[in-house]
This record gives sequence, structure tokens and C-alpha cells, in this order.
Amino acid sequence: MTATPLVVLENVDKHFGELHVLRDINLSVNAGEVVVVIGPSGSGKSTLCRTINRLETIDTGRILLDGQPLPAEGRGLAKLRSDVGMVFQSFNLFAHKTVLQNITLGPIKVLGQSKAEANARGMELLERVRIAEQADKYPAQLSGGQQQRVAIARALAMNPKVILFDEPTSALDPEMVQEVLDVMTDLAREGMTMVVVTHEMGFARRAANRVVFMADGQIIEENTPDEFFTNPSSERARDFLSKILTH
Amino acid sequence: MEAFLSNIDKVVDGFSWTVRLTLFSALFSFLLGILLTAMRVSPVPLLRGVSTAYVETIRNTPLTLVLLFCGLGLNSALGLSLAGSVAWDVFWWAVVGLSAYTSCFVSESLRSGINTIPLGQVEAARSLGLTFTQNLRLIVIPQALRTVVGPLGSVLIALLKNTTVASVAGLGVQEASREMKLMFDQGIAPVLPTFVGFAIGFLILTLPLGYFFGWLSKRVAVAR
Ligand SMILES: Nc1ncnc2c1ncn2[C@@H]1O[C@H](COP(=O)(O)OP(=O)(O)OP(=O)(O)O)[C@@H](O)[C@H]1O
Ligand SMILES: [Mg+2]
Repeated sequence: MTATPLVVLENVDKHFGELHVLRDINLSVNAGEVVVVIGPSGSGKSTLCRTINRLETIDTGRILLDGQPLPAEGRGLAKLRSDVGMVFQSFNLFAHKTVLQNITLGPIKVLGQSKAEANARGMELLERVRIAEQADKYPAQLSGGQQQRVAIARALAMNPKVILFDEPTSALDPEMVQEVLDVMTDLAREGMTMVVVTHEMGFARRAANRVVFMADGQIIEENTPDEFFTNPSSERARDFLSKILTH
Repeated sequence: MEAFLSNIDKVVDGFSWTVRLTLFSALFSFLLGILLTAMRVSPVPLLRGVSTAYVETIRNTPLTLVLLFCGLGLNSALGLSLAGSVAWDVFWWAVVGLSAYTSCFVSESLRSGINTIPLGQVEAARSLGLTFTQNLRLIVIPQALRTVVGPLGSVLIALLKNTTVASVAGLGVQEASREMKLMFDQGIAPVLPTFVGFAIGFLILTLPLGYFFGWLSKRVAVAR
């Protein structure tokens, strides 16, 4: 596989007031690559994700998608956002729309697909995340795991170049985690480019090409999953892993 | 009571004006209220400022003053006219005043509804590529409206009762309470039964409205 960088962050810095949340971040994600971001709470993982689709702005540095700098506003920004899917910890489905409507809203309103076209593709995606029978229900009628699978289908419906996952399973009851991870693993196998903030090591080992370890707004270490989990090179990472492994 | 009932056509006519005033004012208050809310939550500081200033000023001004301003100020003193006949001219000025006033309460209700919508849904919509106005129109307003059906019902009932101010506040618009006063002045019917009759008339309009909005708000509630 020739490595074409799809997402590139160059010397990215960001503050929230006094707080320096991202410090000189350099990261590049190739097309088809799955990158897992891991690190202690408050280390800036969510912020990193959110800068990639510009839900957060950055102070200095550059972010490129497909070689192009992120547009600052307007139509260009909306287009960028439709190219970058996002799956949130708290699902964030539209509560007043059915499952199918949640999925077709973006394709109809942003991509200009016809309703029939969007519905057909929506049902296809619901099959894929194994939840087609729930198409006409409202989000509140579904379990957390089902809602998150709908959210993944909603992101996929936009045919994004990359999907960002911000702790997609941490709000789920333990018995629902696997069904969501299975869907994500399938996606990874099919070649979707993914940036995944998660502490699920099983998923990282199975699906990730690379693990990025963050602490205090910095990328401390980047490694293959096996190497990272068995033989982390930094003290911080060793310390962090010993904490998440013991409980 | 008989004397009152024999004048029932006047009573009905009065209330028909009350209803007309209410309907037109409700329509314009609702539209203006949505506009004020959209401005209030927009990313443009100037629009936010204008909306906030408008709402805070008018909301804290007595309705009587707002209507006097429309009637004596804009209509009489400045000679601005909205219709050919005097009756319709004052009618439309009353609609202007009532809408200007009521829209603030519509806007405040809507804004409280918007505050109940999880920010995550707005971000999800943004991350799909929806623009600010699409986000408002498709995600925020529809849900905000559903959560404020009850409060908006109260605003509507208050508006209906507030139409009575339009006749005393310089405009002399025809509506039910003015009809009542005319009936007193002309001594056509004894005071007490007339009072009771008009009060019942208002109840006939407001009670079903209250029940309807109560029912509707349960009906459209969004499960979370
Ligand atoms: N909108 C904001 N305004 C101010 N500070 C913020 C904001 N969002 C995040 N922060 C702060 O920035 C730091 C990094 O937050 P971030 O959410 O990116 O961390 P995280 O690695 O995702 O943590 P977690 O594992 O708890 O989700 C934290 O200290 C957080 O309190
Ligand atoms: Mg986070």
C-alpha cells in the first residue's frame, strides 16, 4: 500500500484560556489506516479529534485533509465536515427523528440526495450495523449499543473519507461494548480510515495499525499496538498502562 | 340576565374582534419571536445584541405604554396609517403593539426550550456539515418548539386577555371588554349579569385553549 497521508497535523497548538491543551502536535494518518489514541483523562484526546473537523479551532499550526488546509468557515467548512465523520461518546442522535431519519438527514440536506436514494442507502447501512429492524423507532427506544451503531451508520451515510471516534464505548453498559466494537472492527477491515480515542485494548490490538499515546497535550509515543502494550518505550506510558491494566 | 341575553349579538361581535386581534397578533408574535430567538443564538454579536436589547426593553415595558406608543405616538402623532378605515387602522396598530410585546415572551420561551437541547446534538449536526441555519431549522427549533408548547399556550392565553388593554390604551379598538363597557355606559343591561356573562365568554375561549395546549405538549413531547 502506498502511504498517502489523508489527515496531517503539523505543529498544532491550542489553548483553552491559560490551559495549554495541545502542544506541538504532529500526526499523520494514512488512507485506510486505523489510529488509536490513548492517554489519561484531560490529556487532550477529545480536543485533538475535534480540531480535525474544526469543532474546535487551533491557535497555531496546520491541519490538512487530503492535502488541503481546513477551510475556516462557510460552504467549504460544511463540505469538510461532511468528509470527516464523527462518532461521539454520548451518541448524540437527533431525539425527534427516527433512526432512519437520523441517517438520511445529512445525505438529503448536505449531499443533496433524493429521499428515495437516501432511504435505500440508509437501510443498507442499518443492515450493515445489524439494526435494520429498528429503522422506524426513535433513539430513546433503543439501547445505548444500538444508538451508537445508529450513530456509526449516520456517519457512514455521508461517505466520509475518515471517521473520528471519541470514546465510542465508554458510555455503554459492559454487555453492549462488544457489539459496537465488532461494527468498528468490520469497518477497519473494510479499509475505512479511522481515528479512535479508546481504552479498549482488545480493539486496538485487533484493528489498529498504530497507537498514539498522549499525555498533557503532547504525543509522547507512537507505536504498533503490540509493541505499545507489551513494551512501551516511555515511562508515562508504562505508568498509564499499569493503571488501566490493574482494574 | 335576560337583558344581557337579548344583547347577545353585541357580545358575540365583541368577542369576534377579540378573537381576530388574538389570531393576527399570535401569528406575528410567533414569527417575530422565532426571528428574535434565531438572532439571539446566532454567532453574530451584533444580531445577538439587537435581539437582547429589544427583548429586555419591550418585555419590561408595561403593555399599556407599548400600545399607547403605537396608538398615540405612531398612529395619531406621526400620522402613520395602516388601513383606510379608522376601525381597521386602530385594529392593525393594536396588532402591531400586541405582537411587538408578545414576541418577547415567545422568544424567551423558545430560548428556554433551546437551552434544554443537548449541545451534543447541535455538534452532531454541525459535524454532518449542516449550516447554522439548517441546524436551527431542522434540529434546534423543532425540538425547542416541542418542549415549549405548554409555555407558548400560556403566552397565547395571556395575549388573548391582553387584547382588552388595546381598547383602553388610546387605541379604542373594538373587542369584548370595550363592548362590555359600552353596554354599561348605555345602560342597556344590568352590571352584574353583564360582568358574569363576559367573564364566562373569556373562560369559554381560554379554558379549551389551556386544555388543548396541555394535551398537545404531552402529544409532541420528545422522549430522551
Ligand atoms: N471547551 C473547553 N473549555 C475549556 N477547557 C476545556 C474545554 N474542553 C476541554 N477542556 C479542558 O482541556 C483539557 C483536555 O480536554 P480533553 O477533553 O481534550 O481531554 P481528554 O483527553 O479527551 O479527556 P477524557 O479522557 O476525560 O475525555 C482538559 O483539562 C479539559 O478540562
Ligand atoms: Mg475526551
